[in-house]
Formats: sequence, structure tokens, C-alpha cells
Amino acid sequence: MSEIVKTVSRIFAPLIIIFGIYVTLHGHLTPGGGFAGGLVIAGAVILLVLAYGGGIERLTRERTTTSRLESSGILLFWFVAVLGLVIGGIFFLNIMGKGIPFAIFSAGIIPVCNIAIAIEVGGAISTILLALVLFKRDKK
Amino acid sequence: MILGAILAIWLPNLMAAIISMGIVGYSLALSFMFLGAPDLAIVQIIVETMSLIILIAAIIKTTEKDTPDEKKLSRAVLYIGSTAFFVVFLLMSIKVFYQLPPFGNPALRMASDYIASGFEKTGAPNLVAAVILNLRGYDTLGEVTVLFAAVVGLVVVLRKTGRKR
Repeated sequence: MSEIVKTVSRIFAPLIIIFGIYVTLHGHLTPGGGFAGGLVIAGAVILLVLAYGGGIERLTRERTTTSRLESSGILLFWFVAVLGLVIGGIFFLNIMGKGIPFAIFSAGIIPVCNIAIAIEVGGAISTILLALVLFKRDKK
Repeated sequence: MILGAILAIWLPNLMAAIISMGIVGYSLALSFMFLGAPDLAIVQIIVETMSLIILIAAIIKTTEKDTPDEKKLSRAVLYIGSTAFFVVFLLMSIKVFYQLPPFGNPALRMASDYIASGFEKTGAPNLVAAVILNLRGYDTLGEVTVLFAAVVGLVVVLRKTGRKR
């Protein structure tokens, strides 16, 4: 891509990632949540990949990282769910305190679940895009 | 929105068809917004943008023209068949509409219970988050697992190692 596209995406990608983290962390207070936040983060990754490209080795390494992130996200979500089963005897029991309403650390396990879903969705969408890009490179 | 859907089917140029699919998606996001569901609208806009990017990349790499379908059935049979289906569907839905409860009076009583006591039970001001992550956690767990399975399947199909020449 041209120099203009590279510069603009280099400036904007961190802002997009910060916005995704904001949407994720405030998922229990404002509209949005884990799914939307993870998608926004994956959008920043897609922007960088489209603007910069890169060799097969570098993209393969990135794909390994994103698929590891995705697997750890889904493991974290299951872990939270099973933790409720172990401690309280009910699957998905809200084991943490509810805290003060409208504060950022409140509502028990909901923020933790949001973060897990954001990691999972962002990793999944980035993995899909990187796998397609790598497949296209392979055929040439 | 309906116009975009009809255009997407009828246009012979695949690039124009994809753009009219984008019209459908964005107007769906707009209607979510007017119906008061900002969570869904955010997700819909981002998903639509990403799928448009991926589809346009695929179109640029492959072909732009739609392949003409083989004409096995004559046109009259097709028209008669679709008209008959439409009439039957309309009759059935008119029959069903009389059975429905009046608008704003849902058949399930669970939703009003969630709205009434969701805040005290979970402590989350955003009721959507409270429902999908706490009261209906199983659904979200299933969705995330389905997404994970989809990614695993895609990577397995597209991988390089282990493929036989």
C-alpha cells in the first residue's frame, strides 16, 4: 500500500484498539460488551494487515499468536463458569461481590466474562483473516 | 433494505451485488438503532464492514462475472411454483396471526421478570449484559464455543502441513 495509507493506519490502529478495550471494560454499564469490543480490536488488526502485509513467516507467527489468544479466551470463560460450580454448586454462579452499581468494578463476574469473550472474538476474527491471507499467498 | 436484497440477487456483476448486500446490512443496523437496540447495532455495523472487506478481497482475486445458471426448468414452472408457495405461506401466516397475543403482551412471562429483577440480581446497569452473561450464561457459552469450532474448522481446512500433493 502507499505511504499515506501506512501512516494513517499506524496512527489510527492504537486508537481503535483503545476504543475496543473501552467498549469491553464498560460492557456492563453502556451498550456494547465483549462481542463488540473484540470485533473492534479485530478490525484494528485487519487494518494493519491490509496496510502493511508482510512475509509468510511473519504472518504465520502472528496467526499462531492470535489462535493462542483465542484458545486462552475460551478457556478463561469456561474457567469462570466452572468456578461457580466448584465454589457455589451452581454452574455460572455469580461468585464475586456485586459492588457499587455504576462503578467500573461491579456486577460480579460479568466484566470478567466480557474480557474473556473479547479476547476470544478478537482472536477468532483475526485468525480467520490471517488464515485466508496465508492461503492466498500459498497458492502463488 | 428489500430493494437492496432484490438488487443483490438480480445484478449480474458480482461487485455490485456485494455492495447492495452492504446496503441490506447497514439498513438492518439502522433499523436496530430505531428499535432501540444499540448493542446489536454496533455489532451489526462492524460485522458488515468486515464481511464486505473479506468478500471484496475474494472477488478481486477471483472473478467479477456471475456464472449463468443452467436452465433445467422452464420459466413458467418457476413462476407458478413461487406464486403457489407465496400464496400458501400468506394463508398460513394469516391463520397464525389470529392466534398471536396482542402486540406488547408477550406470551412468555420470563422477560418481564428479567426486566423487573435483573438489576437487583446482577448489579449491572446494562440489562443486556446482565441477561446474556448472567441469567442466560449458557447461551453465550454455546455461541463462543460455536465460534471457536468454526475457526478450528477453517484453519484445519486451509492449513498447509499435512496436505497431500
